[in-house]
Amino acid sequence: MSSLILPAVLSGLMMGAVYALVALGLTLIYGVLHIINFAHGSLLMLALYAVYFLHYHLGVDPYLAIPIVLPVFFALGYALQRGLIAPMSSGSEQNVLLITLAISMIVDNLALYFWTSNTRTADIAYAYDTVEILGAYLPLGRVIAFVAALAVAPLLWAFMAYTRTGSAIRAVAIEKRGAELVGIDVNHTYAICFGIGTACVALAACLLLPTFYVTPQVGYTFVLVAFTTVVLGGMGSLVGALIAGLLLGVIESLCGLFLGESLGQIGIFLAFILILLFKPSGLLGRAR
Amino acid sequence: MRLNSVGQIALVAAAIAYLLGVYFASSPVWMGFTINALIVAVIALSWNITGGFGGLSSFGHAAMYGTGAYASAILQVKFGLNAWIGFGAGILAGAAMGAFIGALAFRYGLRGSYFALVTLAFAEVLRICASSFEFTGGGSGLQLTLAPGIGNLQINDRTVVYTALLIVVAAVMALTALIKFSRFGAYLIAVRENEDAARALGIDTYKIKVQAMAISGAFGGLAGVLYLQLWLFIDSTVVYGSAVSVEALIGPIIGGAGTVWGPLLGTLGLHLLGEGAKHLLPNAPGLNFVLYAIVLICALRFLPQGLVGLAGRVGPFKKKENDNA
Repeated sequence: MSSLILPAVLSGLMMGAVYALVALGLTLIYGVLHIINFAHGSLLMLALYAVYFLHYHLGVDPYLAIPIVLPVFFALGYALQRGLIAPMSSGSEQNVLLITLAISMIVDNLALYFWTSNTRTADIAYAYDTVEILGAYLPLGRVIAFVAALAVAPLLWAFMAYTRTGSAIRAVAIEKRGAELVGIDVNHTYAICFGIGTACVALAACLLLPTFYVTPQVGYTFVLVAFTTVVLGGMGSLVGALIAGLLLGVIESLCGLFLGESLGQIGIFLAFILILLFKPSGLLGRAR
Repeated sequence: MRLNSVGQIALVAAAIAYLLGVYFASSPVWMGFTINALIVAVIALSWNITGGFGGLSSFGHAAMYGTGAYASAILQVKFGLNAWIGFGAGILAGAAMGAFIGALAFRYGLRGSYFALVTLAFAEVLRICASSFEFTGGGSGLQLTLAPGIGNLQINDRTVVYTALLIVVAAVMALTALIKFSRFGAYLIAVRENEDAARALGIDTYKIKVQAMAISGAFGGLAGVLYLQLWLFIDSTVVYGSAVSVEALIGPIIGGAGTVWGPLLGTLGLHLLGEGAKHLLPNAPGLNFVLYAIVLICALRFLPQGLVGLAGRVGPFKKKENDNA
């Protein structure tokens, strides 16, 4: 049994890095807009289809699709926030929650209608070449996803810390009225933030597709894990999301090993409930 | 249940006329579909207690619905108990689940988005558990033995089922009105409007919220057992799935959250819309949810108090704005 634990931990870490990447987008949106984006998973699903169709129809390699899909999804996120969520919510937090829920219902069901519930996978031959790490054999696609996701977190952090846009985002997050008074366009900043969050999802999709599948329901699985990651890491904390994502990947993998494959996710949700109940501020979150 | 305007009376009268008109409809389709809508109306009324009056937006009311249905089904299938015992046990199980979630969530002061998330997570954990354990029938679900008869709560006559459901919905609405105009209801609304102020006035807000969750859970469990007795079959996706939670909140919000008539009106309206769409585009499963979502977004923007609030502005009896139906 013990010989199985190390590979399980490693493969959990690989998956966890993707969870972290999805959660980075979500936590960024939460940290600034103080809303939970229920459409996050649906946008991931949409991005997975985009990458899949680019590969299927045009033969674009998922990794080369990054420069195409990323800007498109940034624009989509920007437009959603600016054109739909902000004007329709009348500024109430509960309304924003419900509007993102409505967006996810629309996207999921239209995907089901147009693309049916068939499970699709991209045939990318090299993705399943194995790499040996510490005696465990891991698919190359997962290792690439792990490395890329780990690289994005510090990039995002540097963007927030050192650029003007990043400063504006942080200013709006801390004090909306004050930011407005010093001349920051709050609506624009909110939309930028939503766009970046959505771009994270698009990147996750490019990294996931080689070793994953896509169905109209795939977003739902991820969005719950992403919520957990965000809450565990501390709402709005980028570093927290990264650590929490990796941790949850390992928890899922170990639960799957010991309790059986179908119960792997139970560990994640139990962790979710326990954190919400006992430490709602998360690992690295500020006390509310 | 006071109606304050010509518009509200017209709206309620239209709903009642429709519900009675179903008895005389030429096609049995109308009754079949309205039966489904009435069961959804019960879970919507359940959501309305906490989400409407208490301002506690749950995104996981399937937790109560499914627990009610599974409790009754397990007692009947695994222990061979009578359906009426299962019926009562299902309601109690729903109430217990509601109180349990509430007690845990409110002890740590969760509200707003956090409360929405924790309820969602509970429903999801229960769904995965129900689909994984032999005891709950696993992935294949639980099937009641077919034994028609009032003693087993299995009624074949659609008209009788429909009438019974109308009575149940009326009873739940009467209880809702009773709660709304009771001292407890006033406390609950005070919690929604300003929890800190309510606590400062000496209201035990924790107790009030947990009690509201228990009542809401009882209604939710009731909806679950009604579904079970109607279809005689449940599985984890059907009763613990997110579709249940979504339907629970969308009807009250469109009809008018925190009103007595809102959940029923919203649910009926949505189901009529969804059914109409199904006739126009027969091969588009899930299209009704797209429509629901569009209506939801429009309602949030243009109808802050739902249909009941809109109707309240049509020919009000008094200039003074007080509470809605």
